[in-house]
Amino acid sequence: MAKKLPLKQRYAALTRDVHWEPSYVDPEKVFPYTSFEGIKIHDWSKWEDPFRLTVDAYHKYQAEKDKRLYAVLDGFAQSQGHLTLSDARYLNAMKLFIQGVTPLEYAAHRHFAFLARYLNGAGPRFAALCQSIDELRHTQTEIHTLSIYNKYYPGFHNWNRMHDRVWYLSVPKSFFDDAISAGPFEFLIAISFSFEYLLTNLLFVPFMSGASFNGDLPSMTFGFSAQSDESRHMTLGLEAIKFLLEQDEGNVPIIQDWIDKWFWRGYRVAALVAAMTDYMLPKKFMSWKEAFELYFEEQMLGGLFPDLAFYGIKPPRHVEHAIGEKDILSHQVYWVLYQFSFAASFTTTVPEPYELDWLSSQYPDTFDRFYRPLWDKARKIQENGGRFFFKGLPQLCQTCQIPMAFTEPGDPTTICQRHTVYNGERFDFCSDGCQWVFEREPEKYVQAWMPVHQIYQGNCGGPSVPEVLAWYGIQEGDNGEYLGSVEHTNWQRWHATAPVGS
Amino acid sequence: MTATPAQQRPRTVGVDLQQNSEDTRAIVAAIERDNPEAVVRHMPGLVKIQTPGRLVVRRETVEELLGRPWETHEFQLAIVTYYGHVDEWDDDEIVIKWSH
Repeated sequence: MAKKLPLKQRYAALTRDVHWEPSYVDPEKVFPYTSFEGIKIHDWSKWEDPFRLTVDAYHKYQAEKDKRLYAVLDGFAQSQGHLTLSDARYLNAMKLFIQGVTPLEYAAHRHFAFLARYLNGAGPRFAALCQSIDELRHTQTEIHTLSIYNKYYPGFHNWNRMHDRVWYLSVPKSFFDDAISAGPFEFLIAISFSFEYLLTNLLFVPFMSGASFNGDLPSMTFGFSAQSDESRHMTLGLEAIKFLLEQDEGNVPIIQDWIDKWFWRGYRVAALVAAMTDYMLPKKFMSWKEAFELYFEEQMLGGLFPDLAFYGIKPPRHVEHAIGEKDILSHQVYWVLYQFSFAASFTTTVPEPYELDWLSSQYPDTFDRFYRPLWDKARKIQENGGRFFFKGLPQLCQTCQIPMAFTEPGDPTTICQRHTVYNGERFDFCSDGCQWVFEREPEKYVQAWMPVHQIYQGNCGGPSVPEVLAWYGIQEGDNGEYLGSVEHTNWQRWHATAPVGS
Repeated sequence: MTATPAQQRPRTVGVDLQQNSEDTRAIVAAIERDNPEAVVRHMPGLVKIQTPGRLVVRRETVEELLGRPWETHEFQLAIVTYYGHVDEWDDDEIVIKWSH
């Protein structure tokens, strides 16, 4: 048997050598999408793939990853692992995950398949092909993993339809729709670089550690399994940006503009992750603030951006607003979710006293001053037999589609509200960042499908809350207050000392 | 000894590995041996390794600690995330560092 080629040669033989230059068809016709964005590429062969992945190695290691994951899933299901979670309310975080994140994996699968056909170079095409298959694997493994819980808990049953319709899910959906309706290079900067390299660590790493801490072994395993592919995706993002910057100096300002836009778009989506991390994990592991400092400020601003300065790239515009929000972000977002969970496919509740104390210790400058009083008030209402829900519809930011609950930079007590008049119509924004994103492409964002506007226009099942919820696919028991909910009562019954059924 | 100004200190790079197997344990030990300045932090389900300037994973060291042949591609089963630039990934070693 012939000796196996060294890794570098094997990669060259199996990836680069199968490429050919079109000769009897105009290359412009074969690759029609890589010129209109103004990006100039002089030599596609300069694209590096440091992983040097080949088809055979890819399948071998992906199969091994899946084998390991499914062994965990089987063991967990057989041992009734859902009973050993820290608490039933933990699963609210995973409902948000399957409704908000899993459909993005599928959208990414589709768009990377598109790039695997339409990028001119063999290197980036193959990297995009692997990523496309990865994203499909993530979609499938997430559905399989969380189906374990769907048997016993509400809120997991209709995530795909909800993703297209429900108000809070339009935040991640519109973010990804924005990316896939851009050109191929902007998509690479949006998803591969700004999202995968800069921000996904905040979703997958501390949050999945939190899943492990709360007894959710299956989610931790799919999370880390997905994230191991993600390290290849991060490499694709970093290679994409370096390649584009090195190909032509004229690309630099275009790339900077995209980084500025996509950092802010991605960061606003991550606001949901902030709320999940600080409020939805009953056993606390790492605060949003600490994760942001470690994975974003230290690793990206301290590590990556000095490297990109070589090309003339600066840290993203509005990054100082994001840093300024690290002490307030999760509190403001979870307070919104608490008030509106009657119209959501998850439940919320006032944090337990130990959680409030933990939040005080993690956020000494802000929590006791601004947020603990809100929870004290909400608890009092609940103790007196009520439950505070905000029964109106919130105004949404035209860009990120999050309810307008964020505050002025440096002043956590004043709601921030910006607006722009475009073609005689007024559009509102939650922040300078979202206003700036709108103003550079207003014709794109005026078309946004705004959930609240759609309800008022009569496009969401009818004028009343029950009609809208029915149209969303939310069933009784999916939504509202956690205490006394179906999942809470079941959980107590399953953990009662008396035998079940007695 | 005088303190080095922050901008002259080498920036750190790092990898986060899954804490899931004997293999990972050997890889972490190999990284510690080949990168004496590595700071290792254990988190639930995860081992976070940070080093100043440059991080290397050597096949020979991993094989010695693992007691079996090991391909550098197998590192993909352990890695959760990293920061830095993958400067080299061949049959013998993986090197992560910043380029500029």
